[in-house]
Amino acid sequence: MAKVKTLDDLRKMKDELKSRISLRENSDNPESLVQVKVSMATCGIASGAKEIMNYFIEEFDSQNIDAVVTQTGCMGYCYAEPTIEVTLPGEKPLVFGNVTFSKASEIIEKYIKEGELVDGIIPDNYETIE
Amino acid sequence: MAKYKSHILVCGGTGCRASLGEEIVQNLITALEENNLEQEIQVVRTGCFGFCEKGPVVKMVPDNTFYVQVTPEDANELVLEHVVKGRKVERLLYLDPETKERVSDSKHMGFYKKQIRIALRNCGFINPENIDEYIARDGYSALGKVLVEMTPEDAIKCIKDSGLRGRGGGGFPTGLKWEFTRKAQSSQKYVVCNADEGDPGAFMDRSILEGDPHTVLEAMAICGYCIGADAGLIYIRAEYPLAIQRLKIAIDQARQYGVLGQDIFGTGFNFDVEIRYGAGAFVCGEETALIHSMEGLRGEPTVKPPFPAERGYKDKPTNVNNVETFANIPPIILKGGEWFAAIGTPKSTGTKVFALAGKVNNVGLIEVPMGITLREVIFDIGGGIKGGKKFKAVQTGGPSGGCLTDKHLDIPIDYENLLACGSMMGSGGMIVMDEDDCMVSVAKFYLDFTVEESCGKCAPCRIGNKRLHEMLDKITLGKADEDELTKLRNLANVIKDTSLCGLGQTSPNPVLSTMDNFSDEYLAHVRDGKCPAGQCKALMHYVIDSHLCVGCTLCGRVCPVDAISGEKKTPHAIDSTICIKCGACLEKCKFGAISVQ
Amino acid sequence: MEIVKLTIDDKPVVVEKGTTLLEAAKTIGINIPTLCYMKLEDLNFENKPGGCRICVVEVEGRRNLAPACKTECSEGMVVHSHTVRVVNARRTVMELILSDHPAECLTCAKSGECELQTLAQNLGIREIHYKGEQSRYKGDKSPAIIREMDKCIMCRRCETACNDVQTVGVLSAINRGFEAVVAPAFEMDLDHSVCTYCGQCVAVCPTGALTERDYTWKVIEALVDPNKTVVVQTAPAVRAALGESFGMEPGTLVTGKMVAALRKLGFDYVFDTDFAADLTIMEEGAEILDRLSKHINGDKDVKLPILTSCCPGWVNFLEHHFPEMKDIPSTAKSPQQMFGAIAKSYLAKELDIKRENMVVVSVMPCLAKKYECTREEFSVGGDPDVNMSISTRELAQLIRNANIDFNKLTDEDFDNPLGSSTGASVIFGTTGGVIEAAVRTAYEQFTKLELKKVDFEELRGMEGIRQATIDFNGLPINIGIAHGLGNARKLLEDIKAGKSVFHAIEIMACPGGCIGGGGQPYHHGDVEILKKRQRAIYREDAGKPIRKSHENPYIIKLYEEFLGKPLSDKSHELLHTHYFDKKKRVEIS
Ligand SMILES: Cc1cc2nc3c(=O)[nH]c(=O)nc-3n(C[C@H](O)[C@H](O)[C@H](O)COP(=O)(O)O)c2cc1C
Ligand code: SF4
Ligand code: SF4
Ligand code: SF4
Repeated sequence: MAKVKTLDDLRKMKDELKSRISLRENSDNPESLVQVKVSMATCGIASGAKEIMNYFIEEFDSQNIDAVVTQTGCMGYCYAEPTIEVTLPGEKPLVFGNVTFSKASEIIEKYIKEGELVDGIIPDNYETIE
Repeated sequence: MAKYKSHILVCGGTGCRASLGEEIVQNLITALEENNLEQEIQVVRTGCFGFCEKGPVVKMVPDNTFYVQVTPEDANELVLEHVVKGRKVERLLYLDPETKERVSDSKHMGFYKKQIRIALRNCGFINPENIDEYIARDGYSALGKVLVEMTPEDAIKCIKDSGLRGRGGGGFPTGLKWEFTRKAQSSQKYVVCNADEGDPGAFMDRSILEGDPHTVLEAMAICGYCIGADAGLIYIRAEYPLAIQRLKIAIDQARQYGVLGQDIFGTGFNFDVEIRYGAGAFVCGEETALIHSMEGLRGEPTVKPPFPAERGYKDKPTNVNNVETFANIPPIILKGGEWFAAIGTPKSTGTKVFALAGKVNNVGLIEVPMGITLREVIFDIGGGIKGGKKFKAVQTGGPSGGCLTDKHLDIPIDYENLLACGSMMGSGGMIVMDEDDCMVSVAKFYLDFTVEESCGKCAPCRIGNKRLHEMLDKITLGKADEDELTKLRNLANVIKDTSLCGLGQTSPNPVLSTMDNFSDEYLAHVRDGKCPAGQCKALMHYVIDSHLCVGCTLCGRVCPVDAISGEKKTPHAIDSTICIKCGACLEKCKFGAISVQ
Repeated sequence: MEIVKLTIDDKPVVVEKGTTLLEAAKTIGINIPTLCYMKLEDLNFENKPGGCRICVVEVEGRRNLAPACKTECSEGMVVHSHTVRVVNARRTVMELILSDHPAECLTCAKSGECELQTLAQNLGIREIHYKGEQSRYKGDKSPAIIREMDKCIMCRRCETACNDVQTVGVLSAINRGFEAVVAPAFEMDLDHSVCTYCGQCVAVCPTGALTERDYTWKVIEALVDPNKTVVVQTAPAVRAALGESFGMEPGTLVTGKMVAALRKLGFDYVFDTDFAADLTIMEEGAEILDRLSKHINGDKDVKLPILTSCCPGWVNFLEHHFPEMKDIPSTAKSPQQMFGAIAKSYLAKELDIKRENMVVVSVMPCLAKKYECTREEFSVGGDPDVNMSISTRELAQLIRNANIDFNKLTDEDFDNPLGSSTGASVIFGTTGGVIEAAVRTAYEQFTKLELKKVDFEELRGMEGIRQATIDFNGLPINIGIAHGLGNARKLLEDIKAGKSVFHAIEIMACPGGCIGGGGQPYHHGDVEILKKRQRAIYREDAGKPIRKSHENPYIIKLYEEFLGKPLSDKSHELLHTHYFDKKKRVEIS
């Protein structure tokens, strides 16, 4: 039996499938999206960075937030691992340290969604990390 | 299904498969497995990224890192460094030849900066063997839209508004062609996709079929709806196994999903597609020859009219379009004709895919807006001439296009302009030549191809091109005089004027355009017996500068044919009638006394 | 009827829609030169590949020159047929064609009849500016046809004849570009192919690329051999065409002059294949009657329709393409072979000479006959019943060669006993003739009534497939006629499918029948010539005192003295044959 019987079927299907490649779509124009970089060097992984990264990915996905989550090397703030860097479109990047799940949730709800600053920002004196 | 948090896109086009793409994929997967990352990172074989000069290309998503010239051995490092540690592998990043800096985002590379990807929108982006990814990128939405929301007339109007012209070479307005075929009276009509792509060096159609086969199927179905056909045929050369394989997979999937077959989208519209194989003769790309070949007859052209739109496959009205033409259709339907018409120039809208090759730094497949200049293509995208040499000419339009020169560099590229300069759009071949290229030899090289590929049906092409080739040969051998040039031009013009099909009507272009643009070079060959580019061996002369020669006799001893004479300690001389131009003496002379003139 | 107005060379022309520029120009007296183009109206032969590009003209508003033979007139067209551009293009293309053609005119079999030669003269080519390598192909000598493909100009007429008209499908273009040539698949030789030797390719070839295998010298050798008695037989269609070779109006009957010339050439006996044609009717007619009566009496095994078998081109076609139907045709040999068998038995005895010392030469409109006489089953102990077969054209050649002023000859009569014939046998030369002759005899023998009106107009004509029902005194007999193997194929497919309504079918391989045979003087695309020959044949028939084969006194005598009756054992031995399944042979090789 044909999977797609009507145009609506196709549209539904497309919406479901979209997330599968949204990663690629988004990575093509990261400037216009929320970018989250998770420090994933040895120190970061040891302190649970991987779980935090997954948390962001899943949250963005379930809340339909267009964002790019990438990993990066050590940011040099090993004392504050896990650290993440968040860049809102048109904004300067901010680095947050000691990110727990609840912190992560706060960052999403307050900073990313509303643009309100939250605690835990590591003062920046560096350019974005490449 | 596991949610991947990043994707590794590996170019899986024929070029990169040949250069080990498949092995890279395997090694990446192994490395990911060793690091228990296979659930998180998805390796995707995509179509061609276009940047073949630097292939194989591996692109990391979502952080958009573009690795070039990756080898299978690099896979492990990419996983360990980039994926696990999040550190870019610097040495595999693209090195900007001007700034000498490593660039990680393809958008910042000259090669990609001026490109706009419409036909190639999915190439290097999706897994061509997965219909879901195509659907996720609006795939089959255009077909749905047309079937459910538009009349065939609406859809044809949309294509007409877009100004889209055939990308197979002729540049005939696609909407108009569809309208003609729609108006032809018949209960049975056909949609044919011309994927013969016989131009040597051209691979845009192959790349589209390998990288995004569904777009062609979708567009063919749209065309079928517009003209009133329920059968589609893709004529593809058998030498394209990967494209064929991907097309087959795509057709199967499309049938499973019901976007091909009976009652598509519940609208009662039926359409299915079959693949037909060509033996790879260039002339079989000509639409009437293609149709005869599909009918099991000899693949040779017939006089038009009647056009396929009136009488084509099995004598039924048939709409033939090129792969790239089709690839533009779905976006046009979705975004509107005006959107497309706004790109490019008023008479040549949209983009064109070119296969940039020859002596430029960045060879590869590019998609650029019409109206871009040759300068931008060659110098900005192509990164200029290899080895810092001087630009001499660019040949556009495939083997029977013309050679353009300096003075054409700033002309906006469109169908009319190219024709006016004695060349043509063709299917989009673009071969750059530098100061070392002899233009007579270049013309001869192209004639080699047309002589080989002429079908032999009509006398001017069958015999005339052979004679052109022989005359060019004579010129490069220094056996022709100035009269020969007059005859050459007359013959070239007559072949153009009298040949039956597009092949013969254009095959003299390389001769005529080089005669026009490089007349000095022809004259140098016939009048002075010299090849300014130093390519024509027969016209080279080894001479000994008597002021520099000390009479060491070394040269005389290495000459295999005893062409060099001279007493010890007195200047030697080369008898050019004996000399076979092997160059042995030149290499041996320690005093730089021997040179080629 | 839609009308189109245009201008050609500043002259207004009004033509029907669909008319080509070539045809339109002709109506106002402009003969645009052509080379590959050939159209035989009524015969389903139309060759216009648009390949030679000689007929190009300038059409205002078009970028390139247009081939006049392929371009349809359209409203308001402005056409120029001899501007400098056109003439230069035409001459250049002609020079190109000549540059790839061996200039062997002096010794070429086609010289004087060659359309390429004529065109080169008409275009006034005096120098070839574009010389170069010439394409070379392997030669091919079959018993009937010689292919010298170096002389081929790729006009594709032979391909059209072989495929579209004859549906034999042996000749087609192979290779590409400069190497392109028309040849059997894999460039195999004709005698390995399913060629029927009908010679229609030779009949249309404009150049010397396709010619007949020439046996004139062998004839001369036999004629000068004092130990040989040389007997000649001439087919019915020859007399209606031979005159053309001597500048006579097509359709001139030259029977008497032909006989005189043959005697002058030194043949010991000048006989007529027509005699054997009458004999064929006796045997074939008896066979038809035999099958018919069995059929009427309810014999379910009897094969109907019965097919004529006098055309060897058609027999070859059957053996190669429809071997499963090989028991349907009459088993009667062709007149040529009947003649040979009788000559080398009955006549040899009468003349009291050994069969080895008798040489039978046939003059035929046909190239298939050259092959036919080499068939093993038509020889005794290695000695063929017919030693060699020459074409009408070769006879003309022999006559010229012997310094005979043909036009001034006084008519002479054939020798007897094998020179006497009836009107029925004469019409063997045209499509419909064999079956008409058979009907004349079968009617009388079946109904035992006298046939008052011997002209069966309903069986005559040029249409590719014809049918008529003849009233055999209350019994309707359905007759089918096909000429051209493509037409034959249609009737054969019907028989295969069990859809055939006919009792008897006449099949001739060549369009028009033997008057259009592959060995006849070249018609150069003029169908009127064939029609004139056809009319001449019927004229000859009408002028004959006896017009039914069974009334030929020498035939009656032959049966009385030698054969007994039709279908007797002796007849079977000498006058009947059987057919072979040649499909297999071809598939293996
Ligand atoms: C010698 C010759 C070769 C051609 N080869 C191709 C080809 O490989 N692919 C193609 O799409 N069109 C080719 N064409 C053009 C086709 O005849 C035809 O114009 C085209 O397929 C129409 O599609 P379009 O209108 O979408 O361009 C060729 C034409 C000529 C004269
Ligand atoms: S122009 Fe060349 S390819 Fe085209 S029909 Fe003539 S011979 Fe064939
Ligand atoms: S063999 Fe004769 S008829 Fe056949 S293509 Fe060649 S020239 Fe024409
Ligand atoms: S129709 Fe006559 S000429 Fe032609 S093949 Fe038959 S017998 Fe010969």
